[in-house]
Amino acid sequence: MGDFERKVERFIEIFINQNGYVKVVEGLKNTLLIAILGLIIGILIGTIIATVRVIPKYKVLPRILNGICSFYVGLFRGTPMVVQLLVCYYVMLPLMGAHMTGVQVAILVFGLNSGAYISEIMRSGILSVDSGQMEAGRAVGLSFGTTMIKIVIPQAVKNILPTLGNEFITLIKETSVVSFVGAADLYVAFSYIGSNSYEFMVPYLVMAIIYIVLVMIISLGIKTMERSLRKSDRRH
Amino acid sequence: MIDVINLEKHFGENQVLNDISVTIDKGDIVVVVGPSGSGKSTFLRCLNCMEDPTGGQIIFNGVDIADVKVDINIHRRRMGMVFQHFNLFNNKTVIQNIMLAPVHVQCQDLRKAKQKNLLLRFTNLFRKEKKALEPITTTKVKIKEDARENALALLRRIGLEDKADVYPSTLSGGQKQRVAIVRSLAMNPDVILFDEPTSALDPEMVGEVLDLMKDLAREGMTMIIVTHEMGFAKEVANKVLFIDEGKILESAPPKEFFGNPKNPRLQDFLSKVLV
Repeated sequence: MGDFERKVERFIEIFINQNGYVKVVEGLKNTLLIAILGLIIGILIGTIIATVRVIPKYKVLPRILNGICSFYVGLFRGTPMVVQLLVCYYVMLPLMGAHMTGVQVAILVFGLNSGAYISEIMRSGILSVDSGQMEAGRAVGLSFGTTMIKIVIPQAVKNILPTLGNEFITLIKETSVVSFVGAADLYVAFSYIGSNSYEFMVPYLVMAIIYIVLVMIISLGIKTMERSLRKSDRRH
Repeated sequence: MIDVINLEKHFGENQVLNDISVTIDKGDIVVVVGPSGSGKSTFLRCLNCMEDPTGGQIIFNGVDIADVKVDINIHRRRMGMVFQHFNLFNNKTVIQNIMLAPVHVQCQDLRKAKQKNLLLRFTNLFRKEKKALEPITTTKVKIKEDARENALALLRRIGLEDKADVYPSTLSGGQKQRVAIVRSLAMNPDVILFDEPTSALDPEMVGEVLDLMKDLAREGMTMIIVTHEMGFAKEVANKVLFIDEGKILESAPPKEFFGNPKNPRLQDFLSKVLV
């Protein structure tokens, strides 16, 4: 195992003496930034789409909106995330003449992509809330939208929180593909250390550990949140 | 107060309500009875357009609310509704359940008045004759305080003041239904619709809910009640409707309705339920 110890020493040397940790901190920051902002955008888009999809479809406008949403969901679920990143960065941006950094593009694409998935999660959450809740809201004179925001969606979110947590964990892990558009995430940081030391074993091991710790912290946070949201179910 | 004219409702091919016409005056206690599947719940739900009528008119305070162009939300505020399964908002405490709609509606009106005033102030700059601003006498805080006080008074009335800050899941069925009734009272409605308010309750809890409804009746609240409680109908109603197969087959004061039913189907129905 002397070989392994040497590798660890080499890793520590680069990590500390050659500013490897700066890269790692930077990568961690980007990874979290992309995942968290992506999730927030995703929840916003997902909630809007889910709401549109549960509106009764007697009229023309809801039908058109519903069609657009179905198309959106189909588009983003039907292509891999990497392809979406590449298309956005190398096709859409030049066509529009806009300039965005890799991290910004990653946040945008992660948001749009997870929006498509979250919309389905949210829709199942909304459908899981008793229809009597919507009726009661409408019966006291609140509009569909108000009842949705104040009554139905909070209860839906409570029901889907574990699944939503899953989505967040997936996002964290999927950030490892953003180096395709030049965003420096954890993977980029550790492969930098690896290629500087000609030694990949320890850096990638540490990277895996960091991902696991991140996911464990998130799971814990979700559990705490779930418990506080379950307040209204408890009998005491 | 409510004029139902030739009301019709069908779900696809299935005709549920067929040419129903009835007038409900202020202070009326109308009880609707009928066999299950007769359309009595649908009739009630059509009255506040929970189910959109497919034909006919419902004139409420002079406006045809069956018309799709009418903003139904405004009229529903004047029409309370109590459900079989209570439908209290599970994510809100008892007092929030009662305060939610009054606070929301009044804050919305306040916001609209403020926006209008802003626009008026701007356009007044270019007017020779200044238009008067809408008077704003209240604030958000005051609306909330008033609603809270009102909600507490309502809870005191039903003896559940100490339950103000608990969630509905901790209440018994009877308590839930009484909270649901005062929730609709908080909007000061002109009429309250009851959709089988005691059908989902344990027998021992039926009494407390019926007592509250009797109280309301004594105070002159207009009520339309779908129920299987014939005793209640006899005691409180001033008009009983018998609906079967989507039609009103008999409409009479309770004495006549129960004492001297004319329609053979009603006679048959009563012989089954009054044993």
